[in-house]
Amino acid sequence: MSPVKNMKVRNFHQAKWDEPIIFELGSKGERGILLPEIENEIEAVIGDGFSKIPKHMIREQVPCLPEISQMQVLKHYLRLSQETLGADLNVDIGQGTCTMKYSPKINEIFAISPKITELHPSQPICTVQGILEIFYKTDLFLREISGLDQFTLQPASGSQAILTMSSIIKAFHDYNGENTQRDEIITTIFSHPSDAAAPAVQGYKIIDIYPNQEGLPDLEALKEAISDRTAGLLITNPEDTGIYNPYIKEFTKMIHEAGGLCGYDQANANGVLGIARAKEADFDMCFFNLHKTFSSPHGCGGPSAGALGVKKELIKFLPVPLVRYNGSEYLFDYNVSHTIGKVRSYYGVVPAVLKAYSWIMSLGREGLEEVSRIAVLNNNYLLKKVLEINGTSAPYAKGHHRIEQVRYSWNKLTEETGITTEDITNRMVDFGFHMWSSHHPFIVPQPFTLEPTESYSKAEIDEYIAGLAKVAEEAHSNPEIVKNAPHRSVVHKLITDSLDDPDKWAITWRSYLKKWKNDRI
Amino acid sequence: MIIIMKKVGLIINPIAGMGGRVGLKGTDGGEILEQARLLGAIPESQNRTLITIQKLLPIQEKIELITYPEEMGENIAKKCGFQPTIIGSISKGKTTREDTQKAAKDLLDLKIDLLLFAGGDGTARDIYDAIEDELVTLGIPTGVKIQSAVFARNPARAGELALSFLQKRTIRVREAEVMDIDEDSFRKGIVRAKLYGYLTIPYERAHVQSSKAGSPETENFAHQAIAEEIIENMETNYFYIVGPGTTTRAIMDKLQLANTLLGIDLIYDKKLIANDLNESKLTHYIQGKKAKLIITPIGGQGYILGRGNQQLSPDIIKKIGKDNIIVIATRNKINSLNGQPLLVDSGDKEVDELLCGYIGIITGYREKSIYRVTR
Repeated sequence: MSPVKNMKVRNFHQAKWDEPIIFELGSKGERGILLPEIENEIEAVIGDGFSKIPKHMIREQVPCLPEISQMQVLKHYLRLSQETLGADLNVDIGQGTCTMKYSPKINEIFAISPKITELHPSQPICTVQGILEIFYKTDLFLREISGLDQFTLQPASGSQAILTMSSIIKAFHDYNGENTQRDEIITTIFSHPSDAAAPAVQGYKIIDIYPNQEGLPDLEALKEAISDRTAGLLITNPEDTGIYNPYIKEFTKMIHEAGGLCGYDQANANGVLGIARAKEADFDMCFFNLHKTFSSPHGCGGPSAGALGVKKELIKFLPVPLVRYNGSEYLFDYNVSHTIGKVRSYYGVVPAVLKAYSWIMSLGREGLEEVSRIAVLNNNYLLKKVLEINGTSAPYAKGHHRIEQVRYSWNKLTEETGITTEDITNRMVDFGFHMWSSHHPFIVPQPFTLEPTESYSKAEIDEYIAGLAKVAEEAHSNPEIVKNAPHRSVVHKLITDSLDDPDKWAITWRSYLKKWKNDRI
Repeated sequence: MIIIMKKVGLIINPIAGMGGRVGLKGTDGGEILEQARLLGAIPESQNRTLITIQKLLPIQEKIELITYPEEMGENIAKKCGFQPTIIGSISKGKTTREDTQKAAKDLLDLKIDLLLFAGGDGTARDIYDAIEDELVTLGIPTGVKIQSAVFARNPARAGELALSFLQKRTIRVREAEVMDIDEDSFRKGIVRAKLYGYLTIPYERAHVQSSKAGSPETENFAHQAIAEEIIENMETNYFYIVGPGTTTRAIMDKLQLANTLLGIDLIYDKKLIANDLNESKLTHYIQGKKAKLIITPIGGQGYILGRGNQQLSPDIIKKIGKDNIIVIATRNKINSLNGQPLLVDSGDKEVDELLCGYIGIITGYREKSIYRVTR
């Protein structure tokens, strides 16, 4: 029986267009835009525009780009959009750990204003004071939220912010003459995968800590992991279990005593804004995903903004330039004594920062805290109701509230019916719901992760719960319909086994032609 | 349209599971079986197999089910609604392990796509003896002892996995351990398992895989990464004792050295000293020398000592010392323990206690996990 009364699950049928890839559309010579010929007056001043380009920069062959008219492009992408289940369309709480909240449309209007779109990063500084003010004040806001002393908005994603943190750890130990000795980064298995991957790219050895019976990173294991080779700790808190680590200060203390630095992955900050800060937990660095917690859209994998903050002792290592204010104008500060350099070109992803700034301004200090309180309330309402569905469980921390998300398990239902998380994910699509499949590190059997954020109404959360309850009931009464789902989606069944086979990958049109059409051009 | 029929073999060990309900530990050996029958045991394997093959009914038009007569498969296949192809012959009510082995060989000759067998560890061992890894197989757990990783979690899951494999939804395979307990010791209350071999089974991802975490790594890639890490850090003047298993095998393969999958090998300076050593020979080689031991948890239960590597006696472990024990395992293997600690059962309390606590497990190239070990 559904734990929510009188809540109807809506039927959904996705459009299916059998749409070709854009490279297969159009015809030779077809154009979307015909550019005007260069005018005589302009040509007289700058020449034909091409002869000044150095010869080695002019490509010998015309690029093999699609040749297609504007209207065909529009239709192509509209059809594709109808074949996706976007965040603006469905109740996207099944994408736990991604903090799928509402991105206010007013912020899109700001971002597509010519005041933003016509900016060039090489413009004279006196002509970009407005956007620099936004960068500067966003930095100040984030200092308040974290308690740290200086932010850079240059990293374009959470993972890039983690890479920046590990670069700073490296620069710090280099500065102290200990870089050769300290070659290990400690993280936890329930921290985000990039907390291990980014420092590994940097050349660090990675040690991870498994959770104890309560689902918290094992403090005893941390003691075992720490040594004079420890360069630092990169850790998420709360982890994707939604359990806040009450011993986090013990962790940072032990790492500091061993001479390491502590970096805080705050991608899961949506439940702690205005409530818990990096500073009080003694972190040296932290980052926020402006595209998650601060409402900027995720942008299908970016580009976005991983705002990275540090304590004052580490400011000298930050990427350049920093945006500063001298009392009369905003300016770029390249005078950072031991900077790690740049982590991406120019200053950061302007639209992502702008939208986050606007969102913070619209809420204020009290509003931010209320965001977190509602996100936590929504999550714990959801937790209670989900656990009333037959076959679910929430491993670890039994009887305790969670922060902003929960890693659940369908294991009991699977044992009873053979229906797996993957089957349920596929069936939920028939009701217009998305349930994501990323539940790293896959310790919890038959996992699913839900994060309702503050954005969704009670009615929407109830609708999602009713969807889960319906599929769980079908698992007993009509397992075949679940096993063979989705029935009303673009793709009936995805076979993902070849995803890890490099010989079968075709992530570009050219590789598709080469691998699948035997085309050797 | 031409439908390509898939050939599915089915072998039931009709007496598997009879011991469990009457408190006997397995039915290996005629005497024990008779005892089980006298105690009122009834065959469990038929009903449990039915649960599995019912899952294949939706594709019964697309498969040819080939099986042995009567209680070795025919009866239950027909009861389920299949029209099986029957091969071979048996003495009804008096089947033995030779029948299981003969059936497996006959099915191998018929080039079947998947062999389903119902039984316990003894049956898995019989299948392995008959066909080794020549066929893709999958065990339906119906026996009392289920230590081998070749079995699905339950009969229903076996059916679902078989269906998925036959429909090509699951296309990967992996090697899974055939574990065997010495039943004479077992009935005296002493658990002693050994690694008997590997069968090839459909690869069932333990959990839904991640798209966010990148492409899911295969066991093979993970083995390669671990081997690279081990070899890169090998020290001179040390003997390296390489324990059994597919994870350790990758090290030997990378060094292009002959390897004993189920036994203990010894290398020095990246060169092979000896294969398949027993305790005394191993002791002889490392006496008074510096040695490191490379081991991996065996099977699904997380034993790093005392299962499948009994050659590594308590005396040898004491000689080597905890600091020189290198545990390796893929992340999938650790995660499949569902948070349960690694286990040691060396047969010596002092040695077990020495190893309890926390240990680093090499999980990849320049990657390790700190993990708990208990007795």
